[in-house]
Amino acid sequence: MKPAPFIRHAPKTLDEALKILNEVAPDDGRILAGGQSLVPIMAFRMARPAHLVDINEVAGLDKLAVESGKLVVGARVRHAVFHKAAAPGPLGELLTTVARNIAHYPIRMRGTMCGSLANADPASEWCLTAATLDAEMVAKNVGGERVIPARAFFEGIMSTALAENELLAEVRLPLLPDGARFGFNEFSRRAGDFAMSASLVVYELKDGEIANPRVGVGGAEPHPRRIAEAEQALAGQAPGDGIFRAAAEAAAAAIDPLEDPQTSADYRRDLVRAVVRRALEASAR
Amino acid sequence: MTTSVAETKGSGTKWVGRSIRRVEDPALVTGAGRFTADFPANHHVRFHRSPIAAGSIKTVTAPKGAMVFTAAEIAAIKPILPMLHKFNYKPLGQPVLARCAVHFVGELIAAAVAPTAAEAEDIAERIEVVFDEKAPLVDARHALEGDAIHAVVPGNVIVDARTKSDGFDAAWSAAAKIVEIDIRSRRQNASPMEARAAHAACDRATGRITLTCTTQMPHLTRTAIADLLEMPESDLRVVAPDVGGGFGQKMSLAPEYVFLVWLARKLKDSVAWVEDRRENLVAAFHSRDQYLTLKGAFSADGRLLALDADVLSNIGAYSCFPTTCGVEPLMALAELPGPYDFRAYSCRARGVVTNTCPMAPYRGVSRPVITFALERLIDKGAAACGLDPVEIRRRNLIAKFPYTSAAGLVFDEGSYRKTLEIAAEKLDVPAFRARQDGARKRGRYLGIGFGTFSERTGYGSPAFAARGMAITPGWETVVMTVDPSGFVEARIGSSPHGQGLRTTLAQIISDEIGVAPERIKIVHGDTDRSPYGWGTFASRSLVICGGASLIAAQKIRTKLTKIAGDLLEASPDDIVLENDTARVAGTDRAVSIAQLAREAYTQTHRFKGIEPGITETGNYDPPGTFSNACHAAIVEVDIETGKTKIERYLVAEDAGVLINPMIADGQVHGGVAQGIGNALLEEIVYDETGNPLSTTFADYMPPTAHEIPTIELHHVETPSANSITRAKGLGEGGGIGAPAAVINAINDALSPFGVQIDEMPATPQRVRAALRQAEQAK
Amino acid sequence: MSEKTDIVLNVNGREHAISVEPRKTLVDAIREDCGQTGTHIGCEHGICGACTVIVAGEPVRSCLMFAVQAAGKPIRTVEGLAKGDELHPMQRAFMEHHALQCGFCTPGFLMLAVGVLEREPDISDDDLLDVLASNLCRCTGYQNIIKAVRAAAQEMRKP
Repeated sequence: MKPAPFIRHAPKTLDEALKILNEVAPDDGRILAGGQSLVPIMAFRMARPAHLVDINEVAGLDKLAVESGKLVVGARVRHAVFHKAAAPGPLGELLTTVARNIAHYPIRMRGTMCGSLANADPASEWCLTAATLDAEMVAKNVGGERVIPARAFFEGIMSTALAENELLAEVRLPLLPDGARFGFNEFSRRAGDFAMSASLVVYELKDGEIANPRVGVGGAEPHPRRIAEAEQALAGQAPGDGIFRAAAEAAAAAIDPLEDPQTSADYRRDLVRAVVRRALEASAR
Repeated sequence: MTTSVAETKGSGTKWVGRSIRRVEDPALVTGAGRFTADFPANHHVRFHRSPIAAGSIKTVTAPKGAMVFTAAEIAAIKPILPMLHKFNYKPLGQPVLARCAVHFVGELIAAAVAPTAAEAEDIAERIEVVFDEKAPLVDARHALEGDAIHAVVPGNVIVDARTKSDGFDAAWSAAAKIVEIDIRSRRQNASPMEARAAHAACDRATGRITLTCTTQMPHLTRTAIADLLEMPESDLRVVAPDVGGGFGQKMSLAPEYVFLVWLARKLKDSVAWVEDRRENLVAAFHSRDQYLTLKGAFSADGRLLALDADVLSNIGAYSCFPTTCGVEPLMALAELPGPYDFRAYSCRARGVVTNTCPMAPYRGVSRPVITFALERLIDKGAAACGLDPVEIRRRNLIAKFPYTSAAGLVFDEGSYRKTLEIAAEKLDVPAFRARQDGARKRGRYLGIGFGTFSERTGYGSPAFAARGMAITPGWETVVMTVDPSGFVEARIGSSPHGQGLRTTLAQIISDEIGVAPERIKIVHGDTDRSPYGWGTFASRSLVICGGASLIAAQKIRTKLTKIAGDLLEASPDDIVLENDTARVAGTDRAVSIAQLAREAYTQTHRFKGIEPGITETGNYDPPGTFSNACHAAIVEVDIETGKTKIERYLVAEDAGVLINPMIADGQVHGGVAQGIGNALLEEIVYDETGNPLSTTFADYMPPTAHEIPTIELHHVETPSANSITRAKGLGEGGGIGAPAAVINAINDALSPFGVQIDEMPATPQRVRAALRQAEQAK
Repeated sequence: MSEKTDIVLNVNGREHAISVEPRKTLVDAIREDCGQTGTHIGCEHGICGACTVIVAGEPVRSCLMFAVQAAGKPIRTVEGLAKGDELHPMQRAFMEHHALQCGFCTPGFLMLAVGVLEREPDISDDDLLDVLASNLCRCTGYQNIIKAVRAAAQEMRKP
């Protein structure tokens, strides 16, 4: 289980990185960030890039700042940064809650948020977060940059709107208003395993009623997304067991579940029902 | 003078029974341990393995200029041929590299050799094999209906054993209730943290090979490989250095190791193979893939009168060496009656060949499955008779010893009922029932489950002979020397790999000869240094090698007291050996044992009728002994997701005299953790084409620290009359009781829904599927 | 084979000038090129944690880093835990509490626990359990590993 040979490039600047990526992308070149997803599949030789553009030494990609009401997270920012609140208000707390569920501590030391997003594993907690919060992905290549909204970014199982010569240079997560409530829940067989289903819910309370509800579901479909049917069930209602159950039921009914030899569509719906309701319950605590 | 030996053993502190720290640890916590993969080699091997489950090989093409070996080049190596002489066993040979056909995904086809492992892998993946594919038989029940996979095994039944006790039919017809259960135990992998590895080096001057490998059986590995390569056994040295766990997987002969020795001889150089985790999960030995159907005949008051069993064991594509694939079905046949007192027993146990990875022993061998099956039957019988799980066990557990089971096994004294009562009392079953009721009203589902069992340990050679095995690995030899330095060296045939045997044997020896444990060195795992022996498996080492150590130590003791008697002008019977000193009882006349040892070599003229030096040999081949335990679990089942959380886990166990309680506890902890993994998480899944899907540690799931609860231990020590140290084995027991206790608890939790989970592992998917079915049936 | 790169790995304070293919993982380089075989390989896909080492103060899986990425950074392995003959409190606690049997996973657990406790000395018992769930052990059932690490954490907190 040794990776196939490759040529490594270790640029120091973003321009240099984009230039190299542009050159090697047609020849099966890929970005190496934290490596916590890419290196295992290279060990299995299920991925065998001819070139790796290692961005770990690229200046500026470790940006972590609030700009224009958004938290900007650069491509080198690792999961472990979010062990502590990295943004003001509820968003900081939300990211801390979610981060604790990502794999295990040593993986969080190396893995990056942008790397997770670009890898687009259906079970990724950050992908769920980005989809739920309608994050913006900033993709750069030698020609410039474009901003891709989360709903257009995730296209399928480990598939995104990124072109092969584009680097996901940063992600922008909107700050949440004070008083925003959130809840997260995920189901996995063992601690730290890939989520078989996960849900992140965010809403505000206006006069005791749910406003701007966001219900994200991950791990259940080819990519995470907001579930409009569940959000509709919540909007304008007072939080409570009945309405949470109704929203969870709506989410379970709305998904087109992933199946595998051990996991039936019915079971995936069962899990979605459970994680959505539990995320909602967590939000109300 | 009539002082007995026991009285002159000295009154100092006994080492047996104390939790002294392990002598094994300092090297292992500092990174100084030496494992097989740590040895550098000039050539590395990567095997090209079959990607298909069944088919014939048309061509094998190696990349140009690469060093690649196929069956054609190694034609001189004989096939591995494990043998049984009973139970309709069909001898089935396994070629080291596949010849004209492949029979499971992962079977060895060719070997690529290169200076590094990565380069060998580059070559191996470029080897092209053209197959004529066939439809595989993956499931044991399908294989019973299918065409023969091997011509020598018609009908795919490789072993077929039956037993039926006299009077069975009469007992059966006297029953008030017949209870039936179908059990499925899915395929599992022992998954030692160190996968398999071998390193073979050739001494160019002599042609002698040193095979360093991660094995539980160094001597038999030497014998087997020397046989297959038709070389003198003395030309092969096998070394088991530090071994990173085995749990049975490393007792069976790896065809890869045979090839490595052949290759080292051919290249006259050093060669290495380190199995990766995917290879281990796909092609190292599997286990536990069985169907069991049990029917129990109960009296109206809940007495089990008769048991009728059918065991169908999927043994994979080949038989394993040395136990043969009979190991699981035949152990089921002999040991299914378990800890229960009934006289009428009927069983048919079959091993079926399929196009899957070969099956071999894994911690508990058969017993985790038969205990799970029998304990499910007992709980079901309890429900049928209106008894609770504790009461039905109380009425049926054996209580008089020695006890001869319905299958003819003789049990030495144990504490079957006592351990049950301890578990029931500590868990306070009535209080639990009240809590369970309250929880259900709040929509939470708790359950309690018991797993009571007997664990046959320290199998002597007659036990293996009864199975018709060509090799009956029941005895052990210990060669013990007090050398002129006064230090003791015990060379043993057992081959520990984590069990702390160097520590516990030193404790046993120390009490006998009065030399402190730190002055006693245990040598193992090197066929050049240790006497022929059978290694470590089947909860045998402390019983058998411990017994042989005690016998050797007794002889050493006799000699030391004779020499001391001569030197101190006293009767040997009056010599006390303790604190590294020989002393005349009741006096201050003494000499150090180091001094005695020195003079036994250097002053032999002074000792009349005493042979020079101090070396003695102990041999031990015990009749076998039965440990027992009751495991109990309280679980909560999340009925929405199907996930089980173990709230409390308790073991009341009896393994006779505990030599080192700390080490004993560790063995039970580890066994229980594997048993919980087996019960809830671990499963090798094949698709219908025979392709294994569980090829990573994300898919095959050993438990983490999060899934294992605190394990409460309660020990009962019933000294065994069948073991001269009075100790019984306990290496496997932890793993035997857990599936039964956990899955019985799940069933108890789910009893309001009228569903039954009779499958291990009891995954959340299976639990939810059963609940969903029950919901839909409403 | 691909072209090799010359790098210097600093393992336990000692510099190893080595030449490696870019594809060589850090754990392979530590073991094969630096000769420090105390770090073990259990799965090579980042799940078992047997290869955990501390790179620039961070406990990481050395099977998921390439050796070239660790060039010039301080790397600590199990061989560097003791100060001469004086064992690290974590090593002593593992022996004291029987937190190892075969010892294969032990270096990974030691480096994981030491690495995390050095970063977060006041980590709660619950969070410590989460951390220990990062690595797999097949022998001990984790009971004694948890005990040992909690005991060593106390010891390490002493001024």
